[in-house]
Amino acid sequence: MYDAPNSERDVEVKDIKITAQGVQVYYGDTHAIKDVSVDIEDKTVTAFIGPSGCGKSTFLRCLNRMNDTIDIARVEGNILLDGEDIYDKRVDPVQLRAKVGMVFQKPNPFPKSIYDNVAYGPRIHGMAKNKADLDEIVERALKRGAIWNEVKDRLHAPGTGLSGGQQQRLCIARAVATEPEVLLMDEPCSALDPIATAQVEELIDELRRDYSVVIVTHSMQQAARVSQKTAFFHLGNLVEFGVTDKIFTNPTDPRTEAYITGRIG
Amino acid sequence: MTDASLATSGAPARKGKSLVVPDARTKRRNAAETRFKAYGVAAIGAGIFFLVVLLSAILINGVGAFQQTFIQVPVYLDPAKLDKSGNRDPEEMKKVSTFGYSPLIQDALFAEVQAQGVDTPLDSAKAMKEMISASAAAQVRDVVLADPDLVGETVDFQILASSRVDGYLKGRVQRADVARDKNINVEHLDLTDALREKGIVARRFNMDFITGADASESRAEQAGLGVSILGSLFMMLVVLLLSLPIGVAASIYLEEFAKKNRFTDIIEVNISNLAAVPSIVFGILGLAVFIQFMHLPQSAPLVGGLVLTLMTLPTIIISTRASLASVPPSIRSAALGVGASKMQSVFHHVLPLAMPGILTGTILGLAQALGETAPLLLIGMVGYIATNYPDGVASGFLDPNSAMPAQIYEWAKRADPAYYERAWGGIIILLVFLMVMNIIAILLRRRFERRW
Repeated sequence: MYDAPNSERDVEVKDIKITAQGVQVYYGDTHAIKDVSVDIEDKTVTAFIGPSGCGKSTFLRCLNRMNDTIDIARVEGNILLDGEDIYDKRVDPVQLRAKVGMVFQKPNPFPKSIYDNVAYGPRIHGMAKNKADLDEIVERALKRGAIWNEVKDRLHAPGTGLSGGQQQRLCIARAVATEPEVLLMDEPCSALDPIATAQVEELIDELRRDYSVVIVTHSMQQAARVSQKTAFFHLGNLVEFGVTDKIFTNPTDPRTEAYITGRIG
Repeated sequence: MTDASLATSGAPARKGKSLVVPDARTKRRNAAETRFKAYGVAAIGAGIFFLVVLLSAILINGVGAFQQTFIQVPVYLDPAKLDKSGNRDPEEMKKVSTFGYSPLIQDALFAEVQAQGVDTPLDSAKAMKEMISASAAAQVRDVVLADPDLVGETVDFQILASSRVDGYLKGRVQRADVARDKNINVEHLDLTDALREKGIVARRFNMDFITGADASESRAEQAGLGVSILGSLFMMLVVLLLSLPIGVAASIYLEEFAKKNRFTDIIEVNISNLAAVPSIVFGILGLAVFIQFMHLPQSAPLVGGLVLTLMTLPTIIISTRASLASVPPSIRSAALGVGASKMQSVFHHVLPLAMPGILTGTILGLAQALGETAPLLLIGMVGYIATNYPDGVASGFLDPNSAMPAQIYEWAKRADPAYYERAWGGIIILLVFLMVMNIIAILLRRRFERRW
């Protein structure tokens, strides 16, 4: 059920969505990310794996400048989204985040209704001209978040009243409601039970048709199940990056092999 | 566990001490716990005891202030004395001062005593004037000036009795003390008793205590808290309008936007320290800055409000920052993650969640300001401020006024024991206001929290 057949894992070359070149991140005196360069393809699920504290979440948060909110964080190097440097002085992080959506480790719906949760993004970005428009956007987002059928009768019930798995899918619906081009997911299943995890993973596989998805995960099995490309981080370094099948079956670097066989991490 | 115990089919043999019998160490621990719980109960019991003592003392001493002794007499409003020209012109009649009215009231009381057939050694109208409040004449004059056509008629009045008569009925003035009192004689007390039996002298609920203005030292029976309640309300308005926006804006900036560096650390420490600065320091600061430097009017609720704003700001900032900090960071990331700006994330998500805490803090800060007296001493809001009701909103802010706690302090300070009772009564009114504010705080909190 979890393991998609190999035929689906097409490894054809796709457009590059995000290019990172020589990225360094410092938290105060700590050098958290050391010279990471990586190309993230469009319409592909890219997984970041690695032991705790290896910098995979930090790097993910660089991709939509969420690190800006941390005073002591400093980012060097270039990150290009469709060829534009997202750390350019002229780039407004608010606009960037509308294009690069994010789903967090813990489901974090706003303490508002299900409808308002999803409608918030489109509202602040002025995406809907009227109520009917907004209704449509909300419905589309909830359908894409694979939660529409469960909540369509109680759109005005509080989002915080849903189960953990439903909340996380609501958060995914909220993230896709603003029509992003890239979806970043920071361990989206770590707070979920196996059934909810399976649902979210299925959803991620579907989202791949429209978005470039980057997922940070602790679980190697999950990376193997959902991703086409995998990046292995260790101690702030990008150790190996390549097609998921190859990383898991025939890693080049001894550290990768040690990690996937369970000897480190 | 061991092979031996597994081997036995029944219950394994007990090793060591029994669980049923507590050992000495456990006993000591349990005893210590029981003792500690007893201390706690004792502490709470002591607290409740003192609270009960306090509340019952306030009630017993203060309830009297809400009742006042009145003398019911028909007063003949003599046209020859009140309106000599006879054309009922209010402007003309204003020339007759209260001195013109006093004899009429004394005559009326004398006539009433005789009509009732009360036996008294007091044989003239003048001899009875000690029973009547000095403000009775003003009371009658106000009625006459409001309706000049009453002149020439005999009108029933509820005349305020003097504070000695009132005190006698309330048990404050004893017959034994009267020998040394120049303001009243035993004959007056006898007459009071007689008139009370006839129903002419009686205690009634005294609305004027809640709505009236302060009175001079010798007219305790007339003094009321009403004007200083208004003074307090105008001050609270200033405090609310200034400290809530300034306090909340400062807290939001410090908590959400400001970089954490040495400078903001210093500001933070100073705000905490300011909350502990004695309020009289704010009073002298207000005197120096608002009155001596900015030349704002003395004794004005506006200045009082400004001083109390300075005093309340740290409280509001501290409680607002605490409630902002208690909003989970995941809400902020969620808002930023869908592309909200920092300000949108604060105003759409963080602030509404922090609202119950902010409102509670603000109302408690206001309640503290409402009860504050010391700073008002220094800006001239304590003392006999012979005010009437302010004339409109502007004069409410700018005219000299007192405030509830300042008025209470002023009453407690006065020599006449009749004012002592009024001070306790004032405390009751102040406590009612504080209680109402606290209830509002609780209700607001519930209302905002129940939303989700």
